[in-house]
This record gives sequence, C-alpha cells and structure tokens, in this order.
Amino acid sequence: MNPDHAPPRREPLRGAAALARLTAIAAVVAAGVGGFTWFAGVLGGRGLSARAIIDTLQGPRPHAGFRRNHAKGICVSGWFDGNGAASRDSRAGFFARQRASVIGRFAEAGPNPYVPDGSAAVRSLALQLTLPDGEQWRTGMNDIPFFPVATPAGFEAQLRAQQPDPETGKPDPAAMSAFIAAHPQAAALGQALKTMPRATDFGSDTYNSVNAFILRDALGGTHAVRWSLRPEQVADPQALADDPNARFERLLQQLDAGPLRWHLMLTLAQPGDAVDDASQPWPADRPTIDAGTLTLTHASGEDVGGCRDIVYDPLVLPDGIEASNDPLLSARSAAYAVSYRRRAGEPPGDSALAGQQAGTHGEAQP
Amino acid sequence: MNQSNASHFSRIARALHWTMAALIVLMLLLGAGMIAGDPAQYSRYIVWHKSIGVAIFMLAIVRLLYRLRHPAPALPDDLSALQRLAAHGSHVALYGLMLALPLVGWAMLSAGGYPVALLGGLQLPAILAPHAPTYAALRMLHSVLAWSLFALVMLHLAAALHHGWVRRDGVLATMARWRG
Repeated sequence: MNPDHAPPRREPLRGAAALARLTAIAAVVAAGVGGFTWFAGVLGGRGLSARAIIDTLQGPRPHAGFRRNHAKGICVSGWFDGNGAASRDSRAGFFARQRASVIGRFAEAGPNPYVPDGSAAVRSLALQLTLPDGEQWRTGMNDIPFFPVATPAGFEAQLRAQQPDPETGKPDPAAMSAFIAAHPQAAALGQALKTMPRATDFGSDTYNSVNAFILRDALGGTHAVRWSLRPEQVADPQALADDPNARFERLLQQLDAGPLRWHLMLTLAQPGDAVDDASQPWPADRPTIDAGTLTLTHASGEDVGGCRDIVYDPLVLPDGIEASNDPLLSARSAAYAVSYRRRAGEPPGDSALAGQQAGTHGEAQP
Repeated sequence: MNQSNASHFSRIARALHWTMAALIVLMLLLGAGMIAGDPAQYSRYIVWHKSIGVAIFMLAIVRLLYRLRHPAPALPDDLSALQRLAAHGSHVALYGLMLALPLVGWAMLSAGGYPVALLGGLQLPAILAPHAPTYAALRMLHSVLAWSLFALVMLHLAAALHHGWVRRDGVLATMARWRG
C-alpha cells in the first residue's frame, strides 16, 4: 500500500465543536427527509395526482372491490381478425392477417356498480387483445366522439363540479356552470350528444379511442391515428326495458342469438389536426382504414368472466402502436393503476351481473 | 463481511457505489413522482423507473460479487461493538434492498398482469401468474421496502458524515475520494 493513500486520521472532535458538526449532520438529514417526504406527498398533496383524481371519483364512500370508474360491467370474449389493410401504416402484428384472442368488458361510466342502465351518460367497451405469440394490446373506448376536457386537471375539475352537494344530494348547478364556462369543449360535447344518433344498446353502439395514438410503420415512419369500433349490428329498435340492468340483459339476449361484430376503423390525422388534445374532434372527411373485425361470442358476469382483474391501461400497446403526447393517456394509465391497487386489496365486489352467461360458438375458433 | 488491509475502496468499488447512489436517489424520486406527481408525467416516469430498476438489480449483483472478492477496508479499531454491528447490519440490509426492490417490482407487475415494458422496446417475461390479491400485497411490500431503503440511505449518510466530520477517522475518505 502506498502510504500517500492512507486515509487522513485526525483527532475526533469533542465538546462544542462536535455538537456544531452533529447539528450540521442533523440538518442535512432533516433536509433529505423533509424534501423527500414532501415530494412523495406524505405531507399532503402538492398538486394534482392520480390519487387525488381517484379520491374525487370514488367520493367519501367508495364501492369496495370495484373499479373506481366504469364500475358496472360485464366480461365478453371473442377474437379480432386483422385484415392487412393497415399494415402499410403500422407494423403491429394485430393488423396483419392473423387472429388475436380478446377478453373485453362492456361498462356504464361512473363509480356506481349498481347504477341503473340508462342513467349513465357514457358507455364503454374495453378490450385486451392477445396475439398467439403473447403480445398484448389493451384499449379502453367510450361511446362519446371526443372528450369534454383536454387535461388531467380539467378532468379533475369536471369530477369536482359533478360531486353531489352533501346538503341537496345533487351537483351544485353554479359549480357546473363555472366548469362549463371554463371548458367550452364540455358544452360542445353535451350538444353533440343531444343531436347525434346514439344507440340505446351495447351491440349497435360505436366505441371510440377518443385519445390519439401514433402508428409506426415497417420503415419507422409515424402516423397519428384515432380509432373506432363501428358496429355491424343495426340500431336496436327496442327501447330499453324498465329494468336497472336492461342494457346488459339486452346484450346477453343478442349474444345468445349469435356473435356480435364491429369493424376497427382507423382515422388518420392530417397536418393541423389536434393529436395531443382529445377534446378536439377531427373533421369528418379524414381518411379511414377498416383494419379488421372484432367478433364477440360470449358474455359472463365479472365473477367468472376473466375481465375483472384486467387493467385496461391504454398504454399497454404492441410494437407498431405508440402513445401520443396527449396528457390524458398518461393520466389514465396512472389513475387506472391507483384504482387497481385499491380494488385488488379489497374482497371482490358483488356485481349486479354476477352469474350471468350468454353466447354461442358462432364460427369455430381456429 | 470480510475486511481487507486496504486503506480505501478501489476505483471500481467507488464507481459502483457512486453510480448506484445516484441511480437509487433518482429511483426513489421517480417512484414518489409516479405516486404524488403530475399524472401527465406518469408514463414517462414509470418507463424510466422500471428500466433503472433493472440496471440497479444488475449492478447490485456485480457489486456484491466484486465485494465478496474485494473486501471493504477495515473499520477503525476504536469503533464500539454496537457501531460495528450497525455498520455491518445496515450494509447487509442495503444490499438486500438493492436486490429485493427490483425483484418485488417485477413480481408485482407480473401479478398485476402488466407487461413489463422497458426503454427501447425491451420487455421482461412475467415471473408470476396474474393474481390481484398477490398484486395488492406486493404493491404494499414495494412501498414498505422503498421507504425502508430511503430510511437506510439517510442513516448511511448520517453515519458517513459522522465518521467524516466528527470522528474524523478516515472512514468517509475510504469511499469519498477522487484519487487512488
């Protein structure tokens, strides 16, 4: 050992000098502990977080064991056949001519797992598609043409405005007016939902990705896209029965009669279209690609259907499909994780649709 | 652990220590940012969090193997038996957490049914079958271990400064040095 490198040893400090140094050490550690606990939100929130969004969404009395949003739902299964038409724009295996298995979930929006069908403003279809090699694609779609707000903060503001007043049990109209005034696209969506034709059943409804994504082609080129599931089923002429589960029961009847099919329509953005803002619809004349067909053959309650514990995180994407910079995509991923963490640690909720089963074999599975 | 007659840690040991120190601090901040930070940044944080977690796990294995072959410099003779025990115990716990936290994170995501996607399109295989109650337990464990690691890092920092600023016994300089 080279003695030049021997560590310096000096007399230890004692008394006041030692106390001053110990105080300095305590200050360093206190700064570290204080700074980190503040950053981690232990001392209270330091701005909007996914946790805060879920807290607002679930309200003071959460429904244990259920998703904190889109709580009332049913599992469906089937497959998706890519047809090759989108393979020029995306190298994703799902768009090639091959079959992916599907476990999906139809749901009514909102945190109430017993909400009467028809009272929720939004319906959803979430899918987990799996290729034979195991690659996954998850997508949660809503039957609204665009989102009422552009940012997570906007979404939280909407949830707050919708909170029932503890006095009246209803949302405060003044709070809602203030929210609408600050978020004009929320008013535009309300208007659009009043005027557009809208299915009353799940089977003939159209489900939209709402957020935009980026397709990556075989040469590495990118194409911004939104997608929709367009039904083959024509609009159901029957009005919803006067039953709290009428829409789900109609779906079960339809699946007992035969498979239901949708076409996956990709809408490609043109220069100038809002890619990172889900509250801005794209003009109706944008080119679309029919990329494949979703076939659903079976439905069953969440107690056995295999969808209950799936997080339909929109950022579980295959090679060839990537996230856009839409801040809502990241926020959805974060909020779904919080919701999952909570419900995964609770006993499963008693679904309004438990024990339900429907389906036919349709065409034979390959 | 074994101790050597060396007066300080080697360049390799120091490079491993300070690289991992920076990564672990970054990792704790990313983890906390995922929970309490702007949800619009979550997707960026998590992909770095997972990727750095893999890097920490691999570096921890390299470092443990290196440490077994190249023991740490001896502690000063006048250190009490209790301080000696605390020094060794906290280092065993630090190594344990450097290995356990990434593994628990990986197992937790597997139990949650999440594909473990890393930077650059890399993906790790699942090491557990999807099972929600297991996810909930491992998710809790991940937080408990992360806070334990943070507490140990703070303790380690306080002890190192105590050696350097009060005892002035040369222990801090075995790791905190540029030359030699």
